[in-house]
Amino acid sequence: MAFETLIWLIPLAPLVAFGLIVLFTNRNKALSHWLALSGAGIAWLLSMWVFLRAVSTEGLAGEPFASVINWLPAADTWLQIGVVVDPITAVTLFFVAWTVLMIFIYSVGYHNFGQPAGDHDVPGLPPHGATLKEKKGPARRVLSVEPMYSRFFALISLFAFAMFLLVVSDNLLTLYIGWEIMGFCSYMLIGFWYGKVSARNAAVKAFLTTRIGDVFMLLGIVGLYSATGTLNYRAALADPAVLERLAAADSGVLGLSVAGLLGILLFIGTVGKSAQFPLHVWLPDAMEGPTPVSAMIHAATMVSAGVYLGIRIFPLVSAGWEGGELTAAMQVMAFIGAFTALFSATIALAQNDIKRVLAYSTISQLGYMIAALGVGAYVAAVFHLVTHAFFKALLFLGSGSVIHGMEHGVLHTGEKIDPQDMFNMGGLRSKMPRTFWTFLIGGLALSGFPLITAGFWSKDEILTGAFGGGHLLVFITLALSALLTAFYTMRQITLTFLGEARTKSAEHAHETGPVMTVPLIILAVFAVGAGWAGIPQQFPLLGSISSNWFGHFVGSMLSAEEHVAESYIPLVTSLVVSLGGLYLGWLVYRKVRAGDPDPLARPLGFVYQVFKYKYGIDEFYQAVFIKPSIWLAEVFTYRIVDKLILDGIIEGIGKGALAFGRAVRNYFDAPVVNGAGDGLSKGVRRSGEGLRAVQTGRVQQYMILTVALVVLAGLLFVLVFPGRGGN
Amino acid sequence: MPFINAHLLTIILFSPAVAALVLLLLPRDKPGLLRWFTLAASLVPFFFSLLLWRGFDPAGEKFQFIELAAWYPAINSAYHLGVDGIALTMVILTTLLTPLAVLTSFSINEKIKAYMVLFLLLETGMLGVFMSLDLLLFFVFWEVGLVPMYFLINQWGGEKRNYASLKFILYTMGGSLGLLLATQLIGVVAGTYDFQKLLSIWPGLELPGGVLMGLPLATVKSVAFWAFVIAFAVKVPVWPFHTWLPDAHTEAPTAGSMILAGVLLKLGAFGFIRMVLPLFPAEAHQYAGWLAALATLAIVLGGLGAFGQDDFKRLVAYSSINHMGFVVLGIATAAWAAGTADGVIALNGAVLQMFNHGLYSAGMFFLVGVIYERAHTRDLNAFGGLYALLPVYGTILIFTSMASLGLPGLNGFVSEFLVVRGAWPVFTAATAISMVGLFFTGAYTLKALWKVLHGPLNPKWSGHLSEIDLREIAVIAPLMVMILVIGVWPAWILDVINRAVSMWF
Repeated sequence: MAFETLIWLIPLAPLVAFGLIVLFTNRNKALSHWLALSGAGIAWLLSMWVFLRAVSTEGLAGEPFASVINWLPAADTWLQIGVVVDPITAVTLFFVAWTVLMIFIYSVGYHNFGQPAGDHDVPGLPPHGATLKEKKGPARRVLSVEPMYSRFFALISLFAFAMFLLVVSDNLLTLYIGWEIMGFCSYMLIGFWYGKVSARNAAVKAFLTTRIGDVFMLLGIVGLYSATGTLNYRAALADPAVLERLAAADSGVLGLSVAGLLGILLFIGTVGKSAQFPLHVWLPDAMEGPTPVSAMIHAATMVSAGVYLGIRIFPLVSAGWEGGELTAAMQVMAFIGAFTALFSATIALAQNDIKRVLAYSTISQLGYMIAALGVGAYVAAVFHLVTHAFFKALLFLGSGSVIHGMEHGVLHTGEKIDPQDMFNMGGLRSKMPRTFWTFLIGGLALSGFPLITAGFWSKDEILTGAFGGGHLLVFITLALSALLTAFYTMRQITLTFLGEARTKSAEHAHETGPVMTVPLIILAVFAVGAGWAGIPQQFPLLGSISSNWFGHFVGSMLSAEEHVAESYIPLVTSLVVSLGGLYLGWLVYRKVRAGDPDPLARPLGFVYQVFKYKYGIDEFYQAVFIKPSIWLAEVFTYRIVDKLILDGIIEGIGKGALAFGRAVRNYFDAPVVNGAGDGLSKGVRRSGEGLRAVQTGRVQQYMILTVALVVLAGLLFVLVFPGRGGN
Repeated sequence: MPFINAHLLTIILFSPAVAALVLLLLPRDKPGLLRWFTLAASLVPFFFSLLLWRGFDPAGEKFQFIELAAWYPAINSAYHLGVDGIALTMVILTTLLTPLAVLTSFSINEKIKAYMVLFLLLETGMLGVFMSLDLLLFFVFWEVGLVPMYFLINQWGGEKRNYASLKFILYTMGGSLGLLLATQLIGVVAGTYDFQKLLSIWPGLELPGGVLMGLPLATVKSVAFWAFVIAFAVKVPVWPFHTWLPDAHTEAPTAGSMILAGVLLKLGAFGFIRMVLPLFPAEAHQYAGWLAALATLAIVLGGLGAFGQDDFKRLVAYSSINHMGFVVLGIATAAWAAGTADGVIALNGAVLQMFNHGLYSAGMFFLVGVIYERAHTRDLNAFGGLYALLPVYGTILIFTSMASLGLPGLNGFVSEFLVVRGAWPVFTAATAISMVGLFFTGAYTLKALWKVLHGPLNPKWSGHLSEIDLREIAVIAPLMVMILVIGVWPAWILDVINRAVSMWF
């Protein structure tokens, strides 16, 4: 078997698991999760194999592992699809395979496998807990197993298939297929507890918001296909001659070049998928899904796919850019990315739900990557994508572990509190030590804690890129959002783990089992270690012992070397914002007691409310887009255009014909033909009777009429047919 | 075998009609016999059309399995049948959907015999349209297909069946009038109704003085062109000739809706591809922009219209307008850019979209029927949270809905992608605007799902709805398999379509 065939098999393993669970094992929980774990495990194994082969191959960027087949006939040629492993694929495959496998394992514990079925649990709602009666002592309440356990594993297997498909694709079409299937899975998983109105609404919102991006992206894909005759990355996006032609051609829209227009169209897909402003609204709501889903979809894989697309189309958006002034498409990316990074960091400051903080932080970090691409810091963007995937998956799974522990406490005490509200927590450090330490590592990585954590290295490179390219505004915006990031991360850690327990439930919180904490520990290793692969060589002291393997490996994708800034300003900035933000966060939140409001609420006043209510964007969309669309559909299109105007015309014609007929009879037939008044009434009756004879309502008669016609046709045919029958 | 091979099309075409005659002789008080006989009979043309598929050589002659016999020699009209790759896929679609519709109709309990007879006659009428290579014959079958559907709606339909069936038949008949006149005109001027002969006569027709019936020839041709276009546009339906469709679909019995959406709408689109584009290439090119604009309106307003519905069946009915808009957009592109790769790709997409829409729209109507038979309501606001009660049905509904939504990996995406790809360089603005419609495709599909399956369970259904049964699964399973197979591996059918389209344009 050729090595390239293995690449095809990576996405296939989870797909097979999905099919088997749906068709055969959905009644058996253990079998279902073993199938899913085997699928993810095989995909992981193959990915590691491919990754190791890839990193040990010289000149992989120039001659990647690839394999293609004909898929769609198109006029006198074929549209080919295939798989490719180049440096970008290899590093993406690495982090996707690891995070996916960890999330799968964690899910077994998160959905309470091995626990009893709930007392009142029904499909479509989260488990409510079971009462356990023991021989001695009183009955106690414990967590109950998810009633739709198998369905969950089926869906995440399909999701994993789609993500792997997207990563190994060598063209935008199969990337789009994986992209959309992931979107579907995220819809199904956000709305996993579909019986909850909030979950249902969040699912629909996620699907439709990202679909806005997707239809633009579809245009970008067909546009690129039309312009280049191919969708293959290497043929369409890596050929300098093609790129030059696209950059030179005028698209006729807003003065953009064809490359710029297509780049922006495709980038709108990224805006939707990676939840960038103004299509970011779906991601915080998507926290309605089970936590492993949040980790997988909203941190490690799906939202990464948007940035991944941005990375793949980077040659297109940067076509014509030679290190000087940014192209129009790059400017758009830099603006959207930097703005989103700061904007969502401010919202994260004022959220109390542990998962929502992480959701806004994800949006903010993705903005970082987009901004990095926008200023041309290609390698830094890829680097941050990888490190972020690890530490954000860690944080999400850690928050799930916290919630799980809190739910345990809630069931135990019977308190009516929100187990996700950080103001109900506090002091979990001693109750859940493994969760605490891993969460702390993840949080520090997110804040860019210097030298040790992966987040520091990747964030520092982005700041260096922005500064070195002379994009001061982007640099300041990103630095400011890094400060806020460190601040709200420490706020979260302090409120959750440090200090005293603020509720009884928090007092009774309980560390989760190893099936959940072991994945946390593994991810924590990467949240630290992944950064060491990309320490820049010009970094003081450490740089001299670093090979910056990552920079060289991923950088080989670009034809030109990136320029390196010789300045300490970005480094000092990242040190200051990271440590300063962490310290301030601790300072402000260390003394919050039960029932206290957020210490920032008063000093910030109105601004705090703006942050808390997310700038009112949801309400704005509701009023400006959603309500009018509903009016447009229900009232304008249906009632006015179709019912009133078009049907009105048709029925008007009908009525007109009727009136004409009546007029003919009244003013011609009746007076002239029938002559007299009594003749009129007779005429009316007669015509009525006449009509009734035709409309017997007996279908047999109608049918005989129809049959007769067909038979007649058949007979005519048969009469002339025998002459030709023999041959 | 040689006899079968030589008359394969005739066998496929008339076996349902013959079965209908036999059915007339069967006792009316044995519903089981009537149902199973009809099902068996409807499998006969399906079986033979599989032979047709196997025997068809995509790389061979344009028209294959040709049959030619004198029919109406006085006016030079003949019994002339033949299929190309495009007609072949439509024949397969028809013979596949009819048995499934018959199986669906097992739940019909009134006037079973009449119902089944009509269904079989309907199949002959539809098949005749796809197979005819003679304009007059084409017209005859066009009308034959109309009548049984009228009765199916009128006799077995819902509450407003009289209004709906009348609107359906008058609208379509109104459209056909122009078709008949234009057919006569062509036949008289060219001296033949034979389609293959007309291909070489009519498009390049030159008359002494360039005058026909006192009018410039170009004008006459334009009028004939529009007569054809309107007849077919009503059937597709193209906006603004669509308002008969939601009524007809909503009132028709489930199987009637399946065939109506699955096959009858394709007759219109097929008419464009078979008649309008080849016979009026110059006019088609001239008016292609208008057609594209109407297609865009159909896509956008069809999507919006569907989103605005509270009746499940009506929502699905409107979705047909939205989806068929892409077929018309593809046809318009081919009309404008005949002979280019863009035109071929767009028309490939249009033909595949016809086939795909046949599969998932039939599936959607069927699934609406399944829930309606149990709940006796189609009001979306009366459902809610049914996924908890009907997990299998719910999953099937989500699957079929996603095909209709155009989820990649399922069939609808492939054809929409091709149409959009072909249309983009030709009608860029129209394509971009039609994306609004594509967005609303998502919105209305999800609306149906969130109203029916998701959300809190409406307690009144607890214990009152039974899960989809085996017979019903037997209906939907073949459709689901086809939907998935075409979505994953479209080449087997698209290659046949692509070769046929490339031969034409």
